[in-house]
Amino acid sequence: MISRDEWNEALIARHGQELHDRFSSATAAICGLGGLGSNIAIALARAGIGRLILVDFDRVDITNLHRQQYKAEQIGEYKTEALAANLLEISPYTEVKGVTEKVTEDNFLELLEGADIVCEAFDNAEAKAMLVNGVLQKLPECYLVAASGMAGMGSPNRIETRRITDRFYLCGDGVSDVEETMGLVAPRVMLCAAHQAQTVLRILAGEYEV
Amino acid sequence: MVKVNGIELDIAGKTLSEYLAETDYDLKRIAVERNGEIVFKAEYESTVLEEGDNLEVVSFVGGG
Repeated sequence: MISRDEWNEALIARHGQELHDRFSSATAAICGLGGLGSNIAIALARAGIGRLILVDFDRVDITNLHRQQYKAEQIGEYKTEALAANLLEISPYTEVKGVTEKVTEDNFLELLEGADIVCEAFDNAEAKAMLVNGVLQKLPECYLVAASGMAGMGSPNRIETRRITDRFYLCGDGVSDVEETMGLVAPRVMLCAAHQAQTVLRILAGEYEV
Repeated sequence: MVKVNGIELDIAGKTLSEYLAETDYDLKRIAVERNGEIVFKAEYESTVLEEGDNLEVVSFVGGG
C-alpha cells in the first residue's frame, strides 16, 4: 500500500505543486453515477481531486456494465458504495462521500453542500434540466458542468464543450437522444465524461475559456 | 430582432413564456440563457424579450 505522502509526491511530480494544491483542495459533486458519472469520478480521483460527493439512488444492474465503471461482482450493490470501493482501489486518499438518494428540487441544496463544482451526469432529460436550473439559481458560487447528447454511434468528434454562461458549461453533441438512438455506447459516453472531467480540472486551474 | 440559438426571430416585445409556447420545446427539459445569464424558471412569464437580445434555449436530451 502506498502512503499518502507517496501519492501526493507522485501527483506533484506530474501536475506541479500549484495545480496539485488547487485540485486537492477542491470538492466536486457528481450527480448520477452511470456512464458519465462513474467515468468522471475515476478521472477526477486519478487527477488528485480532494473530495468527491457521489450522488445516486440506484443499484448496479447487469445492463450498466457495458458502459459504467462497475464490475460483474458488484451487481446489486448501491452505485455509491460500489464506486467508492473502486475509487479506493485506484486512489486511496481521495475523500469520498456517498449519498444514496434521489435528487429532487427540494433536497439538492442539502445534498450538494460544500461542492465547488457540480457535475450533472443524469440519464433523464427532465432530471438534467431540473438540476441545471436549480444549481444556477440557488448556488451562485458553484460552477456547473452538465451533459446533453452522447448516445449512439455518431462521430466522436461531435462531442464538444461549450460555455453557456460564466458558470455553466455544457458537454455533448446536444442532440443524440438515448430514446432516438440504439442507446449508449461506452467510448462515446466516456468521451463526454472526459470532457466534463477535464472541464472541472480546467476551472480549478483557472482556465475558464473553452 | 431577437437571436435564438443563432437564428434571428421577430419576437421582441413578447415574454419568454409567450415565445416558448409557440415552439415545440418541452419546458421540463430546457434551460434558457439570455445575454449571458440564466433566466430562472419563475421569471419566464415576466421576462420581456428586447430588441437585440441574444437567447440560447438549451434543450436536454436523455442519456448518461
